[in-house]
Amino acid sequence: MSLNFEFILSQTDGRPMYLQIMEQIKRQVTLGDWSQGYKLPSIREMAVASKVSVITVKRAYQELESEGVIVTQQGKGSFIAQIDNLSAQIKEQEMDKYLKQAIDIARSVGMNAKQLKMRLAELQETNSPNKTIKSEKNND
Amino acid sequence: MTDLSSNNYAIEMNNVSKSYPLFELSNINLKLETGNIMGFIGPNGAGKSTTIRILMGLIQQDQGQVRVLGHQMPDQQVAAKWDIGYASEDMRLYSKATIAWHMDYMKSIYSSWDSGYAKTLLKRFDLLDNHQIKGLSHGQRVKAALLLMLARRPKLLILDEPTTGLDPVARHEILNELMDVLLEGDRSILFSSHNTQDIEQLSDLITFIDKGKIIASQDKESYLESWRRIRLTINDDTKLPPLKGIVEQRRSGHQAIITTKLFNDELADIYKGCGASITSVENMTLEEIFVSEVQSSRLLESQTTGGLK
Repeated sequence: MSLNFEFILSQTDGRPMYLQIMEQIKRQVTLGDWSQGYKLPSIREMAVASKVSVITVKRAYQELESEGVIVTQQGKGSFIAQIDNLSAQIKEQEMDKYLKQAIDIARSVGMNAKQLKMRLAELQETNSPNKTIKSEKNND
Repeated sequence: MTDLSSNNYAIEMNNVSKSYPLFELSNINLKLETGNIMGFIGPNGAGKSTTIRILMGLIQQDQGQVRVLGHQMPDQQVAAKWDIGYASEDMRLYSKATIAWHMDYMKSIYSSWDSGYAKTLLKRFDLLDNHQIKGLSHGQRVKAALLLMLARRPKLLILDEPTTGLDPVARHEILNELMDVLLEGDRSILFSSHNTQDIEQLSDLITFIDKGKIIASQDKESYLESWRRIRLTINDDTKLPPLKGIVEQRRSGHQAIITTKLFNDELADIYKGCGASITSVENMTLEEIFVSEVQSSRLLESQTTGGLK
């Protein structure tokens, strides 16, 4: 194998392996290593390089395609999508994911939107790690 | 003609049964598509090795059809075995001969023997070809046997507990080599293991066997996706409905933990409708699923047989 990359997946990470592969591919994009139009390794090559099954990589590619991060052309392979600011968009999506979680937790502890915003502002001021929001629910 | 092109399956077992005085393998159906890895999991004595021996033509089934690489088994086992690489825990090598002697021996039998690959494997497995088998550790012996099998470049690898008793480094060396096999899309692997983590990582398909019966055989992604552990916050008077696919339901205080094998997004709404709130929805590891699957299948069996046995 002479691929110029290697993905090392975490076995203690509780998330499914296809999500970890998606994240690693996105990281290659946000770090600028894989730019627009970059040709991804084939599913089989990626499976061998990251030591996970073909079906798992296939799933990761499919999900990335539906998110618009990559484009697959029949018979040619998969490529990083030709989108301006793709890297910025991925970072935004990532952040939105955590913010949505925060909204859900806020709702479950009976916090309204205004209270959540205030809480966020407070945290930004004190620059605390964002985990504080999560531990809040245990005090409920 | 019974060549590979006539079907896409490396392994096909249809309604295969085999009876022993104290053990029965019943109604085994298995399909492994060419180019895939199947992880074969089961407790000790579940029937893994018996199934594998039937696939190899070492034991004849009482009933049912077995095709391996398009060959009818056990009738056409001689033809099939040229393209099958089989390795089990107790692989027999000549203790007084060296690894090099074994390599020459294999080369003289198999025209598919790849000397260059054999040399590469020696290096990757950290073995020396002038070593006698009797001086090797267990791990080195397993690696030597796998080398002898892999360098034949068989179309189908059947591995019975290939990593059992190996140290983590040797295990990794072997698993890495197995993955390399798959770079060529026409080769397939069936491997049994106790180590569910290895199987979870490498397999395209998962098959669980318990007490001589297949209790699940499915592609790994949709299988893992269908299992969830749901944590709910409930009130004293919350009634949780008996839904299809629930394998376990536990309540303690204001918490309930549901394990389901038929997860979908609507479940959350159903539980909310009952007055429960969702604390979390968790993925499960293959090991957790395996234990749940075996326990629920045994429970079901003891209920249908009136709890005897």
